[in-house]
Amino acid sequence: MADITIEERKKIKRHDMPNQDQFVRRGNFDEVALGYSEETARQEAERCLQCKDPKCTKGCPVGVLIPQFIKALREGDMISAVHWMKVKNNLPAVCGRVCPQEIQCEGSCILGKKGQPVAIGRLERFVGDYELRHRTCPPVKATETGKRVAVVGSGPAGLTCAVDLGRDGHDVTIFESLHGPGGVLMYGIPEFRLPKGIVQSEISYAVECLGISIRTDHVIGRTFTLDELLAEYDAVFLGTGAGLPSFMKMHGINLNGVMSANEFLTRVNLMKAYRFPEYDTPVKIGKKVAVIGAGNVAMDAVRCCLRLQSLQEQKTGGDAGEVHIVYRRSCDEIPARMEEYHHAVEEGVIFDFLTGPIEIMGNGNGAVHALRCVKMRLGDPDQSGRRQPVAIEDSEFDLEVDTVIMALGTRPNPLVFVDAPGLERTKKGTAVADAATGRTQKPRVWAGGDIVTGAATVISAMGAGKRAAADMNKFLKGEAPW
Amino acid sequence: MYRIAKKAALSDVTTLMEIDAPHVAAKAKAGQFVIVRIDEFGERIPLTIADYDSGKGTVTLIFQEVGKSTRQLGKMKTGDQISSFAGPLGHPTEIAKYGTVVCVGGGVGIAPVYPIAKALREAGNTVLSIIGARNRSLLFWEERMKAVSDELIICTDDGSYGRQAVVTEPLRELLDDRNRKVDRVWAIGPAVMMKFVTLTTKPYNIPTTVSLNTIMIDGTGMCGGCRVLLNDGAQFVCVDGPEFNGHKVDWDSLLSRLTYYREEERLAAERFGHICRLEGAAQNNG
Ligand SMILES: Cc1cc2nc3c(=O)[nH]c(=O)nc-3n(C[C@H](O)[C@H](O)[C@H](O)COP(=O)(O)OP(=O)(O)OC[C@H]3O[C@@H](n4cnc5c(N)ncnc54)[C@H](O)[C@@H]3O)c2cc1C
Ligand code: FES
Repeated sequence: MADITIEERKKIKRHDMPNQDQFVRRGNFDEVALGYSEETARQEAERCLQCKDPKCTKGCPVGVLIPQFIKALREGDMISAVHWMKVKNNLPAVCGRVCPQEIQCEGSCILGKKGQPVAIGRLERFVGDYELRHRTCPPVKATETGKRVAVVGSGPAGLTCAVDLGRDGHDVTIFESLHGPGGVLMYGIPEFRLPKGIVQSEISYAVECLGISIRTDHVIGRTFTLDELLAEYDAVFLGTGAGLPSFMKMHGINLNGVMSANEFLTRVNLMKAYRFPEYDTPVKIGKKVAVIGAGNVAMDAVRCCLRLQSLQEQKTGGDAGEVHIVYRRSCDEIPARMEEYHHAVEEGVIFDFLTGPIEIMGNGNGAVHALRCVKMRLGDPDQSGRRQPVAIEDSEFDLEVDTVIMALGTRPNPLVFVDAPGLERTKKGTAVADAATGRTQKPRVWAGGDIVTGAATVISAMGAGKRAAADMNKFLKGEAPW
Repeated sequence: MYRIAKKAALSDVTTLMEIDAPHVAAKAKAGQFVIVRIDEFGERIPLTIADYDSGKGTVTLIFQEVGKSTRQLGKMKTGDQISSFAGPLGHPTEIAKYGTVVCVGGGVGIAPVYPIAKALREAGNTVLSIIGARNRSLLFWEERMKAVSDELIICTDDGSYGRQAVVTEPLRELLDDRNRKVDRVWAIGPAVMMKFVTLTTKPYNIPTTVSLNTIMIDGTGMCGGCRVLLNDGAQFVCVDGPEFNGHKVDWDSLLSRLTYYREEERLAAERFGHICRLEGAAQNNG
């Protein structure tokens, strides 16, 4: 299809993602989106108009060279496609699966103005998966500089920073408090959306090529303090994320059956509780679950609940359960990725919009019996332009549930700030760091990702890791003193 | 991987292990804990640090073989390796010169109370210790406790050793004794015991520190599963504790939360017992 015209390209329809059947997938934790075949990927790539001034690249927080990789892909030159991708993105198989493309690259695609944008995310995933299988473009370590860097936290921010610094020839050690690397990619985002095998191969691929060492079970602030790391290393990057869950200040939060989405997802994903008792960690949810919130975390939690209920049903018979999303605002305001919302609807999640929880009611035996809610309406927009939910008088009602999961946002974990004099924090608990370089107020310490922004996205964390790595490299080479 | 440097049985169901983990041993202090994960399938279990030796680079753990994980750990031998060992976690005990302190250890709680009593003694306190268990076979470390206490009272529920009493009885007598003035109390043991210790000290208004053993997953403040209700709001045991002012703890909610996974724990232990029997039979046949 070498000499096809622009008009012809515009006529090609966006290719659907093949998905696991919506009824079947409720009963397993296998990946929902199955990925493009090579043929579909090439056909989708034909839709790209190769704009001279590509808006998609501008819409990407790390500026992936999108037209370049798509062109190589449609010409069948996978090695170049991988190469173009990896110039800016160290974890394409991950990003292709979890980025909110509709507000980033695809949201900026010219084709989207009149019709459907190029499915950039799906193509990115195709290229990323190809590379994990074929390893055509391994990262290469520059001549060793003899400089030592400690990276704290192994989520997308830390990993990206570590890989870039490894490439630059520095000796990098990652310190991670959990027993395995990956951060939210391992403990938060479920298997059916981001298979853990994919995350692990992305990590081990880069880490092995660059000789990066990962020290798990090291809680910085406890096992070592930041100052102790500074005594041993030339520079330190903090990418410890925003993992501290918030609970609503309401009555009943300590009842049995109430948990944070972080607890629930950590049990299910990191500890593989959906395979209890083969794995030791159990997870317990009831027949009727309410998840409070409507971000990615809430969607992930609610869809895990559905699956756990189905697995239970397959095992013991019994009737199917019921899962609700309880959200104060309306459908138009939900912060989750669109695809996840659609998948959740298909799978049978019940959405209670404009519903504000006010209290968790106990059954008299220390367990949850109901979630007391109030109906809301959208009032006037606040400063940010978002319409504020207002409670409707006398509209209280009880939603009978036995499990309540709170997905209400998270803050940075304060442990890393322990005994770290000079490391400034905002009132919200986020680290103060320069947006362009990632430099904190404390000499030789950089920070990036959720620890600086509060809960955000994988790609923005990667962007921050990349910018910090660039500045750290300059600092380590003596080109940009502190 | 972390090597088991030493293993010893302290009673039929109580096991001591020293784990090679120099970076943890170097930092460990009385009152802190570690998170242990036996293998790839394992859960993350919190165990209080019973002792540490920064010279040898080892951390001593003492556990009762009650659930699946502790029984599995109990079957491991010197030289075996465990997958994860993270710590030291939580705040150390606030050691200071308080005057006269009472250290109460119940059951396996005798282990974590030992380093606290030792540190308090070294700080110049008069240390009165009470250790108790259901019966004689569950008691251990009598000599060690004696060595770090000015007085040691031992009791068992069934009277098979020491005095037949629950720990709160001698505690109340110490508090009532006009010739003494108790300045502070530490209590570590089963949640019910700690509850009754705080109920005992409350009327005397004596500051009472307890070390809580709620259900934990990460142990780093990430999940909130370990939260406890205090009379001024919820706190996370793993990062805000594990020691708390016992008079502020909502014990009933704590006790009820501890039972949440009881059925699953029973299931896992049963399944483990079954697997062990099958393995045992296979070995006998082979
Ligand atoms: C359930 C869920 C779903 C999400 N879905 C999406 C999505 O679809 N798309 C998207 O773009 N974003 C999504 N996000 C957000 C995204 O995952 C985060 O913004 C991103 O992972 C942040 O990366 P990070 O590297 O800053 O931190 P993290 O990924 O949080 O990694 C931080 C790491 O640091 C470790 N750590 C913390 N404290 C210490 C310490 N003291 N010492 C040593 N190590 C420490 C942690 O254990 C962790 O491994 C989701 C988040 C969650 C929770
Ligand atoms: S154990 Fe997870 S927050 Fe304490």
